[in-house]
Amino acid sequence: MTADWLISLGTGVRNIVVSLGISDPFTDYVMTILAALVLMAVLGMVALYGVYAERRIAGFIQYRHGPNRVGPHGLLQAVADGIKMLSKEDLIPNGADRTVFRLAPYIVFTPAMMVWAVLPFSKYVVAVDLNIGLLYVIAIVSVATLGLLMAGWSSNNKYSLLGAMRSVAQMLSYELPLVFSILGVVMLAGSINLSAVVEAQTRVWFIIPQFLGFIIFIISATAELNRLPFDLVEADSELTAGAFTEYSGMRWGIFFAAEYANIFAVSALATTLFLGGWHGPLLPPYVWFFIKTCTMMFFFIWMRWTFPRLRIDQLLNLSWKVLLPLSILNILLTGTAYFFFFL
Amino acid sequence: MTEKRELVLNMGPQHPSTHGVFRVILQMQGETVTDAKPVIGYLHRGLEKLAEHSTWQNVIPLTDRLDYVAAMSNNLVYARAVEKLLRIEPPERAQFIRVIMAELSRIASHLVFLGTFGLDLGAWTAIVFCFNMREKVLDLFEAVCGQRMTFSYIRFGGVAADLPDGFVEQAQKVMTSLKEGMQELADLINGNEIFLARTKGVGPLDSQVGLEYGVSGPIIRASGVPFDLRVCRPYEIYDRLSFTVPLGKQGDCYDRFRVRFDEVLESISIIEQCLELMPTGETTAKLPRRLRPQAGQAYASVEGPRGEVGCLVVSDGSEHPYRWWIRSAAFANISVLPEITRGTKLADMVAILASIDLVMGEIDR
Repeated sequence: MTADWLISLGTGVRNIVVSLGISDPFTDYVMTILAALVLMAVLGMVALYGVYAERRIAGFIQYRHGPNRVGPHGLLQAVADGIKMLSKEDLIPNGADRTVFRLAPYIVFTPAMMVWAVLPFSKYVVAVDLNIGLLYVIAIVSVATLGLLMAGWSSNNKYSLLGAMRSVAQMLSYELPLVFSILGVVMLAGSINLSAVVEAQTRVWFIIPQFLGFIIFIISATAELNRLPFDLVEADSELTAGAFTEYSGMRWGIFFAAEYANIFAVSALATTLFLGGWHGPLLPPYVWFFIKTCTMMFFFIWMRWTFPRLRIDQLLNLSWKVLLPLSILNILLTGTAYFFFFL
Repeated sequence: MTEKRELVLNMGPQHPSTHGVFRVILQMQGETVTDAKPVIGYLHRGLEKLAEHSTWQNVIPLTDRLDYVAAMSNNLVYARAVEKLLRIEPPERAQFIRVIMAELSRIASHLVFLGTFGLDLGAWTAIVFCFNMREKVLDLFEAVCGQRMTFSYIRFGGVAADLPDGFVEQAQKVMTSLKEGMQELADLINGNEIFLARTKGVGPLDSQVGLEYGVSGPIIRASGVPFDLRVCRPYEIYDRLSFTVPLGKQGDCYDRFRVRFDEVLESISIIEQCLELMPTGETTAKLPRRLRPQAGQAYASVEGPRGEVGCLVVSDGSEHPYRWWIRSAAFANISVLPEITRGTKLADMVAILASIDLVMGEIDR
């Protein structure tokens, strides 16, 4: 693992910074900023190519081509779309709460980005190795609800308002089973540091002892992501575009990028918690991490293009009457099993 | 702060799931629809008035623009009404071709329904499957009359031209692939838990209420009323074919979906029978060059994809229709919307609207 080029790259950059004669605490700041920039670059790529991947896979599922005109195999389609969105007029509807309307996309996007800080891409490649990583992720993810509510409320549009109401009801309901499903993993790993959770899966991936937890996690995560079959916030056949109805151009683009950043983050989280993180034979650890994460992303995309949408009352029933009791049962079972087998 | 007001949501005429330019004003309490008021007229083109200044033949292209998703049924019903006035009977082969075309139209229209119904429930892939299948049906139309949607193919006393060479083989091939495609569609959505949860028990239509509103077609059959003009008042050669009329029980969205799904399969079987039984011979009756039907009136009705399509023509013995009146199935069907949407959720309201399968061209005329 010592021959990992990413680590030598990091050490090399640090040596350069040190050789510039900067004091020690300052070097740490510079390195953090550099890490943040790298993460943002990766995130940008993921957002762009997540869209591309989604469209190509949708095309594959639906017997059609998907984007294949711009660049080789349509690889530059996402770039072209980005340029198009940047060059569009910035429309703010009359009667909208302008400040809140402008602020909302960033409130949604920032948490999506902040989650990335603690993702352990491999043993040594993690921007911030936080000892309360999991708690941090859960806390940060819930902030996005606020952004959606702000977007829906400030648009001064009834569809947006309905979308915002749905988003709050949905995300609050699904946060509980989401957190509870993770608790089983935490109990087994004995830590909420994400790197430690991965370390604990050296022998067996947590998907095996925590299969029920994994299922609950995936369902709740899909709801948190507002993806079909839980895309009630957007629900284009009912609410035109829900909370995003009045958004256009790059502001809408930021929402869009946040969605894909979130999908990646949640997939990465599922990989970390249940699929053994960077563990895997032969290939370097970060490659394994990306393979597993992309598999999860493919799964989310596959689901979107297969299932119809739930209704709001069915959605809430599923959360409170099925997932929440099941996740509590999962905690009980995990605790009992742990008590008998490990203590 | 104690003042309570209902949310009035104006849905349409520009809305993704109002299928054209239908508008509905919803009274809502949160997500619950307390009342729905349909507003129509955004696609009114005055076709019925226009007909009074056209010759009898010139009205045929206008009929294409009524229910543009299944134009053959409109062609057929107008041709039948005028034939009653002219007292002519189309040759046998023409009748077979008409039935094939009407059933192909029904398949094309129902496929649009099945796809868009899925789309309105959020199932994105169903519509692509359906439109792939519909494409093959439209290819058949194109082979027959050069048009894919506005045909003007069924004329007084027969059809515009005989079937092209190789049509029967092509049609048989298409029917086989349609059967496979329908199976694939069934695998995709029919057993899906979410699909069932979204449609079963949603917007049930009582058969009595339906009859009072003049509802016809798959919607009333989904409520269990075996009303199908192809069986009740057989026209053309339908009495020589064997087919069943799919019926529902509850009259909910699922039944309305299911009845149409089964009807596609029945239509495939009807077309296959017609292709077997079709005789050779003339495809048009002898007609004078200038049509002057004797004064009087005639009403004809056929079973269109959405229900009873009726056509009343009044002649004063001149070259122009004195009056041309359309009984459109979707118009009667849409009037029942407030009855079955009251008290449902917004998402259900979209599902119910989709299950009624409206085509604005026919409603607004």
